[in-house]
Amino acid sequence: MATAEPLLDVRDLRVSFRVFRGTLSVLDGVTLAVRPGERVGLIGETGCGKTTTLRAIMRILPREARVGGGQVLFAGRDVLSMNAGDLSAFRRKGASLVFQDPTAALNPVFTVGQLLDEVIKYSQGRAMPAKERRAVAAAALRDVALPDPARILNSYPFQLSGGMRQRVCIAMAIGVNRELILADEPGTSLDVTIQDQILRLISDLVAKRNVAVVLVTHSLGVVRETTDRVYVMYAGSIVESAPVKELFRAPLHPYTVALLECIPKLSGERISQGIPGSMPDYLHPPRGCRYQPRCPRAEEGCAAGRPPMREVAPGHSVACYRVAAQGGEDR
Amino acid sequence: MNQPVLEVRELKKHFPIRKNVAVRAVDGVSFELREGEILGLVGESGSGKSTVAYTVVGMYRPTAGQVIFRGEDVSREAARRNLGQKGQMQIVFQDPGSSLNPRRTVRQILRLPLMIHGLAKTESEKEEKAVDLLRRVELPEEYLDKYPSGMGGGERQLVAIARALATSPSLIIFDEPTSALDVSVQAKVINRLVELHRRLNLSYLFITHDLSLMRNVSSRVAIMYLGVICEVAETKAFFTAPRHPYTHMLLSSIPVVSDLEEELKPRKVPSVGEIPSPVNIPRGCRFHPRCPEAVQQCREAEPQLRPVAGGTHLVACHRALPD
Ligand SMILES: Nc1ncnc2c1ncn2[C@@H]1O[C@H](COP(=O)(O)OP(=O)(O)OP(=O)(O)O)[C@@H](O)[C@H]1O
Ligand SMILES: Nc1ncnc2c1ncn2[C@@H]1O[C@H](COP(=O)(O)OP(=O)(O)OP(=O)(O)O)[C@@H](O)[C@H]1O
Ligand SMILES: [Mg+2]
Ligand SMILES: [Mg+2]
Repeated sequence: MATAEPLLDVRDLRVSFRVFRGTLSVLDGVTLAVRPGERVGLIGETGCGKTTTLRAIMRILPREARVGGGQVLFAGRDVLSMNAGDLSAFRRKGASLVFQDPTAALNPVFTVGQLLDEVIKYSQGRAMPAKERRAVAAAALRDVALPDPARILNSYPFQLSGGMRQRVCIAMAIGVNRELILADEPGTSLDVTIQDQILRLISDLVAKRNVAVVLVTHSLGVVRETTDRVYVMYAGSIVESAPVKELFRAPLHPYTVALLECIPKLSGERISQGIPGSMPDYLHPPRGCRYQPRCPRAEEGCAAGRPPMREVAPGHSVACYRVAAQGGEDR
Repeated sequence: MNQPVLEVRELKKHFPIRKNVAVRAVDGVSFELREGEILGLVGESGSGKSTVAYTVVGMYRPTAGQVIFRGEDVSREAARRNLGQKGQMQIVFQDPGSSLNPRRTVRQILRLPLMIHGLAKTESEKEEKAVDLLRRVELPEEYLDKYPSGMGGGERQLVAIARALATSPSLIIFDEPTSALDVSVQAKVINRLVELHRRLNLSYLFITHDLSLMRNVSSRVAIMYLGVICEVAETKAFFTAPRHPYTHMLLSSIPVVSDLEEELKPRKVPSVGEIPSPVNIPRGCRFHPRCPEAVQQCREAEPQLRPVAGGTHLVACHRALPD
């Protein structure tokens, strides 16, 4: 699929939030592309803007957010300038989002059956008879490894475990046919066997229906095992993108290197100390490269301007002045 | 050996859903938590881990069985426990975003338990204690005036931990404390947890799905499957010599980041068969419909937890023979 036109093409996306302290410039020119049938991972520190990116793509940002520029091209058309009718078609047929926080995403006053029914009605039109919709809903729950669909359909969200709620959200997003699935942390509250089952389900959808997936996750093991390509995000912009194998074998951006070192190892040789310092305040982001204040390799020039993304090896791009071309030998 | 901090005996928590039908979320769980230890609790999603935690801290009243804290039976809901018992046991949840009140500053959040438990009388005493709590989780004093929304996820979780420390508990239950955090922020939070554990001589019950994290944090691990514990082992034995077929399945599914770690996992045991429901628990061994090793006996009799190696490694499986 490597040569196909991108299905999703996000260009220089800027999003800020107005809060009473001022304006938080969160997304600072996010650029990423996803081809049909491609599985793309999006990783980065808590608060770096992953959810904001996915919400901007779906055009469901909260009221205090403002899109300051950029484009979200889906099959060549800009979602950000779509009229209400096209936007609704995009959400019904084009893309769906698996929400990060299932507790907040599931309205507590409805049963799971009612919630799923709404989604099915919305995407299938009202023509489908109620009984059939219920069967579709039950099948969607079985797909996400939820036992006893009859009980789950009659349950309220609070009667389910964290991982069960998460699977309900996944069922809502993938139970109906879409071209693109944006999955925001779909596995955080699942045990590894069920997580494995869900990720295989998503991979099957990719293979069978040529669906494209953007997977946001903190589990880097999951990224390694289920995606084709990875974008690494730091403080509102993409700092590195590479085929997944290459990223784990030869990370180039100093932030990626530090991030990968934090992963707890199965061999059990102690927990790392984390990355020194913390994410910049979006109210006053640092000049130049946003990672520069924490970067062990920063030089004077790093604060002068924003490093552009440059391709340093086929399919491997980095936004860092300190990383040179040709497989990343240092300058 | 000295008295355990916490003993849970044959604990059951059933949720009735219709006449004569109940979700048997926790269905006979026994374990003990030793003084100063970190016991990991892992298991399938929906197997009852959170329900065990909530029942232990008194958010639920047990259907049957006992919760014994430092030799005292506290098997009743929190409203009927005394203040001292409540303060001694704290719980920290996965999502600090929803467990911290968004309209309160960190100062107000930390003062509340101090006030309820009568731990600080004067204004200056309250302020002093709040600052001290922040210091314990290594957050700067300025954070007192912040709101949860103005902090990162890791910092919010540290505030939740500071709040849990307010009553000087000796036991803290963590229900997936870092699963909403990325690995670099998780590393910081976990390091502080481990540090606090050591310095304050706390005991932890630590629920997580991240087995690599568990490997690095806990000294013993208990595995839950469909409302019961199916294996308890020292962490090292759990990873190197697991005995229960469910544990094998679990370990073989861990997503890892290098080929080196790949070699540490048992050969892949794919998850097969329908995951059973706690409303309709299979007869015999609860795991038998999905177990690659099941024999007739497994369909008929429920196995009990029993020692397999030197008394510290317990397994509930007919097929696991003692050494
Ligand atoms: N509604 C909002 N108002 C103000 N700030 C916001 C809002 N939503 C997000 N932010 C800020 O934008 C930044 C990016 O948030 P976002 O949720 O996109 O991060 P994330 O990468 O998804 O993090 P996580 O890994 O924790 O889910 C954070 O600093 C957050 O505080
Ligand atoms: N209030 C309730 N009413 C009815 N059923 C409930 C209630 N709370 C939990 N359950 C059921 O009890 C079972 C165990 O749930 P619990 O939350 O303890 O699981 P868990 O092991 O913590 O799972 P996870 O890893 O997904 O968080 C689930 O089948 C759930 O649906
Ligand atoms: Mg997010
Ligand atoms: Mg739980």
